Amino acid sequence: MEYIPNILFAIVLLAGVGFFTINIRKLIRNIKLGKEVDRSDNKAARWKNMARVALGQSKMVSRPIAGFLHIVVYIGFIIINIEVLEIIVDGLLGTHRVFQPILGDGIYSFLIGTFEILAFLVFVSVIIFWLRRNAIRLKRFLNKEMKGWPKNDGNLILYFEMVLMTLFIVMNATDPAFQEAGVGNPISQFVAPLFSGMEIETLHVIERSAWWIHIIGILIFLNYLYYSKHLHILLAFPNTYYANLNPKGQFTNLASVTKEVQMMMDPSADPYAMPAEGEEEEVPEKFGASDVLDLNRVQLLNAYTCTECGRCTSACPANLTGKELSPRAIMMKTRDRLEEVGKNIDKNGEFKEDGKQLLNDYITPEELWACTSCNACVEECPVNIDPLSIIMDMRRYLVMEQSAAPQELNMMMTNVENNGAMWQYSPMDRLNWKDE
Amino acid sequence: MNVPTMAEMMAQGKQPEVLFWVGSAGSYDDRAKKITKAFVKILHKANVDFAVLGTEESSTGDAAKRVGNEFLFQMQAMTNIEILNAYEVKKIVTCDPHSFNTLKNEYPELGGKYEVYHHTQFIKQLIDEGRLSINGTMNNERVTFHDPCYLGRANDEYESPRALIKRLGVNLVEMKRNKNRALCCGAGGAQMFKEPEKGDMDINILRTKDALATQPKIIATGCPYCNTMMTDGVKFHEKEEEIQVKDIAELIAEAENL
Repeated sequence: MEYIPNILFAIVLLAGVGFFTINIRKLIRNIKLGKEVDRSDNKAARWKNMARVALGQSKMVSRPIAGFLHIVVYIGFIIINIEVLEIIVDGLLGTHRVFQPILGDGIYSFLIGTFEILAFLVFVSVIIFWLRRNAIRLKRFLNKEMKGWPKNDGNLILYFEMVLMTLFIVMNATDPAFQEAGVGNPISQFVAPLFSGMEIETLHVIERSAWWIHIIGILIFLNYLYYSKHLHILLAFPNTYYANLNPKGQFTNLASVTKEVQMMMDPSADPYAMPAEGEEEEVPEKFGASDVLDLNRVQLLNAYTCTECGRCTSACPANLTGKELSPRAIMMKTRDRLEEVGKNIDKNGEFKEDGKQLLNDYITPEELWACTSCNACVEECPVNIDPLSIIMDMRRYLVMEQSAAPQELNMMMTNVENNGAMWQYSPMDRLNWKDE
Repeated sequence: MNVPTMAEMMAQGKQPEVLFWVGSAGSYDDRAKKITKAFVKILHKANVDFAVLGTEESSTGDAAKRVGNEFLFQMQAMTNIEILNAYEVKKIVTCDPHSFNTLKNEYPELGGKYEVYHHTQFIKQLIDEGRLSINGTMNNERVTFHDPCYLGRANDEYESPRALIKRLGVNLVEMKRNKNRALCCGAGGAQMFKEPEKGDMDINILRTKDALATQPKIIATGCPYCNTMMTDGVKFHEKEEEIQVKDIAELIAEAENL
């Protein structure tokens, strides 16, 4: 009978981690639905990027208030998680504060003391975050894509953190031996008086409850990640590693187009050539993207990584002037569609045509044509997401597969084709300026 | 104006130091032509041995590429590359950040590998090498600089244009959104060639507001499209009597009485 809590703990832990693993595998499968893209070059620069941008939060601080608060929560999150290690060992072995004798009282109380201070700072930061979203009502949290679930998701994460931090402090405050020692309790000593006068038995029940709810809460939070915008705490790392390292102005040259253009320009090429014997006739590749399966894996990873902070949208010239386009919404819609495709596969074993696609059903041409390709969204993103590349791939589909560019742009392109300039001027007049 | 073409140079058996890529705007747009001429004057002043392609130049294909027409872009690119390579061009300078970006970043993969400079980078180099000096001064006038997206964010060049402006003896005042955080003028991504989608304001109006907040005498630009957008923005705010929109090349040419 005395092992029941240990066994129960092991089951809870296994279920929590197991369910999480299932979802992560699903996530990886979904990302792999995208086209392969070679980002195996320049490993040193990639690690450096990850260390600087994800680990070092270098792009967060461009907005000092949010940046500072975020760093507090981030450091708190990482460091306080050392405590989770002890909780797991305690839970499995039925011990209590197993690291105390191992580390010695001095180091142990220093560590727990640090955790307590961090927990307090995280709590305060999270309250400010909540106020920014709900009381101060910052504009970027109020865009139309932030209604309903995205808004609740944001708040739910904050409530989770508030509760977890509170439980950690309560757990320490209701541990009489820990409080009596009087070190390592810089915060919980102020909470302990709330429980003074209680029976030692009652205290023990509160302490145990706090301990259990705390660890179960952490496991629930872990599993909540997959369903929320909060995946960035994990995916920021691969996302910054695989981010584009080229100058932002450099757009990809479609290799399939290069082949065809070279053939067109090659005077000796036979346009009616039959494929050589034994050689399969190639199915012409689709140009651009109309659905998530046409996007590449990094773009899909981007979609899962986006935490909907909206810095991109708040810097987007189109959005700032009231256009439909919001780079954040581009990422959110891409993820929504990818999830839908993933569920379709779960249900049918493989993707079954559902009569929907990313273009039109999620992202409208109006949004795509409002983009100035200025890269402000890419520059802003604290985890190097590239909404512009998705917009460009979708424009390519509209133009090359559907000839669906706005009329004025068609005229411009006709001019380029006919007279090598965006306007209707004769190529022979190109140098006239020198004599004017 | 004495503007030799590559064909003329070749006929004389000469290879110029640098090819000046004029670009479609710089060749045909009345406002942009003034920038082109100002830059040529600077090249003359510094005795730079340059040439243009003239009628052999064609659109870089940049605008087509940003629309999404990869076919048209690559056709333009490969045609241009054939000509550039035939003339054994090594070094290119252009006043248009869009041409600059695509020539520098997107042409190499298609077989066109050149050293490409934006005119502000090139002029700065001339000064650093002692081939050009700027002596004129503009009486400490308030000047603000609008970063072109395709020079700034796209290629991380923020300092060359500013270094030149500072040499003119002006009071350079930065807009609230500047350098990597600069707001687009609204022309990029081929927006120049179409009506904007519906919204509550045009982008150039918002960007000009940013500029007007610095109370400048001059809004300096480094891109023919930005120049048009900011000029229109200034007119919208009815400030065209007080505020001029000028390319950095024009400011230098004027200060030096070229």
